[in-house]
Amino acid sequence: MTPLAAPPPRESRTGRSGPVWDVARVRADFPILQREIRGHPLVYLDSAATAQKPRQVIEAVSRYYETGNANVHRGVHALSQEATTEYERVRHLAARFFNAADPSEIIYTAGTTASLNLVAQSYGGSVLQPGDEILISEMEHHSNIIPWHLIAERTGAVIRSIPVMESGGLDLAELERRLGPRTRIVAVTHASNVMGAINPINAIAAMAHEVGAVVVVDGAQSAPHLRVDLQAIDCDFFACSGHKLYGPTGIGLLYGKRALLDAMPPWQGGGGMIREVQIDRSSYAAPPERFEAGTPPIAEVVGLGAALDYVTAWDWEALVGYEQELAAEATQALATVPGLRIMGEGADRVSVLSFTLEGVHPHDAGTVLDTLGIAVRAGHHCAQPLMRRFGVTATLRASFGAYSTEAEVGKLVDGLLQVRKVFG
Amino acid sequence: MSDLDELYQSVILDHNKSPRNFRKLADASAHAEGRNPLCGDVYDVWVRLDGDVIQDVSFEGQGCAISKASASMMTQAIKGKTIAEARTLFDRFHEVVTGAASGALPGKLEVFRGVSAFPIRIKCATLSWHALKAALENQKS
Repeated sequence: MTPLAAPPPRESRTGRSGPVWDVARVRADFPILQREIRGHPLVYLDSAATAQKPRQVIEAVSRYYETGNANVHRGVHALSQEATTEYERVRHLAARFFNAADPSEIIYTAGTTASLNLVAQSYGGSVLQPGDEILISEMEHHSNIIPWHLIAERTGAVIRSIPVMESGGLDLAELERRLGPRTRIVAVTHASNVMGAINPINAIAAMAHEVGAVVVVDGAQSAPHLRVDLQAIDCDFFACSGHKLYGPTGIGLLYGKRALLDAMPPWQGGGGMIREVQIDRSSYAAPPERFEAGTPPIAEVVGLGAALDYVTAWDWEALVGYEQELAAEATQALATVPGLRIMGEGADRVSVLSFTLEGVHPHDAGTVLDTLGIAVRAGHHCAQPLMRRFGVTATLRASFGAYSTEAEVGKLVDGLLQVRKVFG
Repeated sequence: MSDLDELYQSVILDHNKSPRNFRKLADASAHAEGRNPLCGDVYDVWVRLDGDVIQDVSFEGQGCAISKASASMMTQAIKGKTIAEARTLFDRFHEVVTGAASGALPGKLEVFRGVSAFPIRIKCATLSWHALKAALENQKS
């Protein structure tokens, strides 16, 4: 069995005191953490790509297929009714977890990418006129860039950028200057998938709303690390993925303010999203059904429900404090590796960090770490404009989750020292 | 030898640090770019032909140790070979690093056998070879 790290001390090195995160207890829920990779215990530092799944989620999905499988909103039989009840319960759960004003503001999608494409095609496609402006930040993941390119090409809208400062934060003064009467959409990430930098959505929303623009937030990386309160941050759309929040792949959420959703046309047509269909025309259901054509990923919704049940029970103050401390310790410890440079170190961050090692390509470093059982991400992280901004082609990224430990930070640093040994 | 030691043998580290034929070829008869969209690595490969013979070959670009050393050693391995011989060598290299075939690779190229233990790195080792193949095909048409 893999030895578990000791629980964090009550009074930490960084002087934080507060509720204690019981990491050993959380780790015991994640079967995959018992695995060995190339003869070493797995050190999984790639939660920003996808989080591991607790037994509760894995079992909920199996149980659904073994005892509850049926289509939703279709049959009058018991199984279909049970599935429908669970499907809608999870929507309520998601609305409560993220503090949406109403469950009908939560749309199931395949993931963050699908959510952002839905907003771009449906909202963007119906409001954008030639010359209208879409502002997107330089730190966006490609999934919050390309959907806007596609709709800009179709509508004649113009893309403008929001610059990123050396610290890793967004240049809000520049954002304010670039907002204008033609700005229709501001698309920003809540937390950078590369640097972990957290953007002040509330302040951005206030500025954007001033000029009548809507704010579309990529919440893929904030949802697992922050207690997101949608009404408090006041964004107009918010997209996230189940699989980064300890749930299954293939299921994501799109939140949209109800008044905006009401005015939006469907994105895809099919079963389940109609009011009435004639041979030559149709009318559409109200949100959220209007945006959920076809048989949805039901088992994945069930799994997401188990994940939401699981994380709703957490002490988030303890988790956020614990992850912040891990990130701070990692930042300090990484600084001892010769030639290591952290990208965007100055920003407020979630526990995701990127770095380069002078003279070593990230893929080579990633392969050396892999031989030690350490899983990190190496590459451009689907954020080429940000890579260009910092003058690199790729970085290494270590990202932590609720099950990550101080001992794993130590193993990462030891691994990087080994990389140094190989490459001089 | 561990997987790691086999992958990063000193000859690979040497070619990574001091790549051979790392320059633009002014009077090239063919050129192609090899790009790995997964990692952003990109190489340019130039060849100068004399009839059917690869008289000179060079490369430039940036990427990981595996891709750079592979490009460097490829230029050494194919200089003076005919197009047909270079093609045969490409096929042989490809089948060995992907693990599809056993047996030795000619000369120093044998050090790339270790790549087959790291499937995600196969593209790194073959990137410049694909560029070479594209360059030779461009040249023909």
